[in-house]
Amino acid sequence: MNWKPTASFDTLRARAALLARIRQFFAEREVLEVTTPVLSRHATVDRHIDSFATVDGRWLQTSPEFAMKRLLAAGSGPIWQLAPVFRLDEQGRHHNCEFTMLEWYRPGFDHRRLMDEVESLLRSCDAPESGWRRFSYREAFELHAGFDPHTLDASALRARLRERGVAGPDDLSADEGADRDFWLDLWMSHVVGPQLGRGAPAFLYDFPASQAALARVRDELPPVAERFELFWHGIELANGFHELTDAVEQRNRFEADQVWRRQRGRVVPPHDRELIAALQSGLPACAGVAIGVERLLMMLLGKSCIDEVMAFPADRA
Amino acid sequence: MASVSTNEMKSGTKVLIDGEPYSVIENEYRKPGKGQATNSIKIRNLKTGRVLEKTLRSGDSWEAADVEDTDMQYLYNDGQFWTLMDPSSYEQIQAGEAAMADAAQWLKGEETVRVTLWNGVPLSVAAPNTVELTITETDPGLRGDTATGGTKPAKLETGAVVKVPLFVTEGEKIKVDTRTGEYLNRAGK
Repeated sequence: MNWKPTASFDTLRARAALLARIRQFFAEREVLEVTTPVLSRHATVDRHIDSFATVDGRWLQTSPEFAMKRLLAAGSGPIWQLAPVFRLDEQGRHHNCEFTMLEWYRPGFDHRRLMDEVESLLRSCDAPESGWRRFSYREAFELHAGFDPHTLDASALRARLRERGVAGPDDLSADEGADRDFWLDLWMSHVVGPQLGRGAPAFLYDFPASQAALARVRDELPPVAERFELFWHGIELANGFHELTDAVEQRNRFEADQVWRRQRGRVVPPHDRELIAALQSGLPACAGVAIGVERLLMMLLGKSCIDEVMAFPADRA
Repeated sequence: MASVSTNEMKSGTKVLIDGEPYSVIENEYRKPGKGQATNSIKIRNLKTGRVLEKTLRSGDSWEAADVEDTDMQYLYNDGQFWTLMDPSSYEQIQAGEAAMADAAQWLKGEETVRVTLWNGVPLSVAAPNTVELTITETDPGLRGDTATGGTKPAKLETGAVVKVPLFVTEGEKIKVDTRTGEYLNRAGK
């Protein structure tokens, strides 16, 4: 029985110092620290995020997003929290099924202004002072994949990925074969993502509208989602949105995701009706972002495996 | 048949793909925060030794291959097959040249070898890491030359040829590392 922690005490001290630094950052900026429920009657219906169900029919949160937006709609003003989150079946060198999310919301900010604040926070946590980059999703693909991700169709994306030595699954369904996002995700995780933020961190912004999640979509040609991610040493650290505030659009997206899940025989959790009600009553225009704290600590300390920054990773929990 | 899911595939897990047995070498989980999760899995074909990389959706599975490693005793070679015996059941099986591969040249009989069985049929046989064998043929060395580090070929009783230091002579027993084919030292009588 290996009962000992996988992180050194030096690392655990660095973690404590990081959390203290984060707390100080938000206190100085007068952002309110909040705590919301970990256990909920509803769950995310995101196509690619699965929740742990509890024996009494409730769900462990995969992010504190919905409850925090209800606070915003109720008039909280800017809020932040450090929340334990849980994601079923996510396990690997950079994944643990339970981790810590730093999440915050800024009424009146858009995604660009929030990127500025993410940069300030990380700098105050000893991330590099200079050399930060920002690429649109299109620019990053043009640079590292050699094409415009908004124009190629699924079969071209697949053929070009094969040329790069990544074949994709053998038993593709017709559905997946024709799903641009499926192939863009493979491009991102195998080719483009690993090239981002190799020195200082880099932001990726303006995602395809089909990957909007809970971000608003800007009506351009092609339309893009006002969503960003932060990469450092090729690892995704954060995801942020200029938040969708339209209740009808939000419900439509939830329902479309539920249909997608049902058609594939996946678990279909109930979506958060209270969030929809809060949006109906009025969510202030805002931007929000979530950062994986263990990954941030990994990058700050130059660790290559998430186990090295957790006292007890899943297989010892 | 049992199946193995991507999150159960570790280095050494044996799987069956298109009727061929493979051993997992590496399994890397990748997932964009809000995107499709995949596992990039490096596998080795246990019959051909060829290594390839496959991409699976996370949660997909392969059939488990009934492959096990077991220690057996090598008995004799009849010119075509090598006969091996399970030391507990005394059951005998035969391995062909493909399964024996490099192991054959180090064996004279009675050794314990590691046999990889697939559905009870030997896929590969590994000789003991070190063996002690007698030199049957080598040129006479230069007398007194123990320090210059020169080598000469020596034929062993099993037919294998290894490089030995100049001072080693015919009829002597030496210890050899079968993984590298290198001379280790004189084994004495």
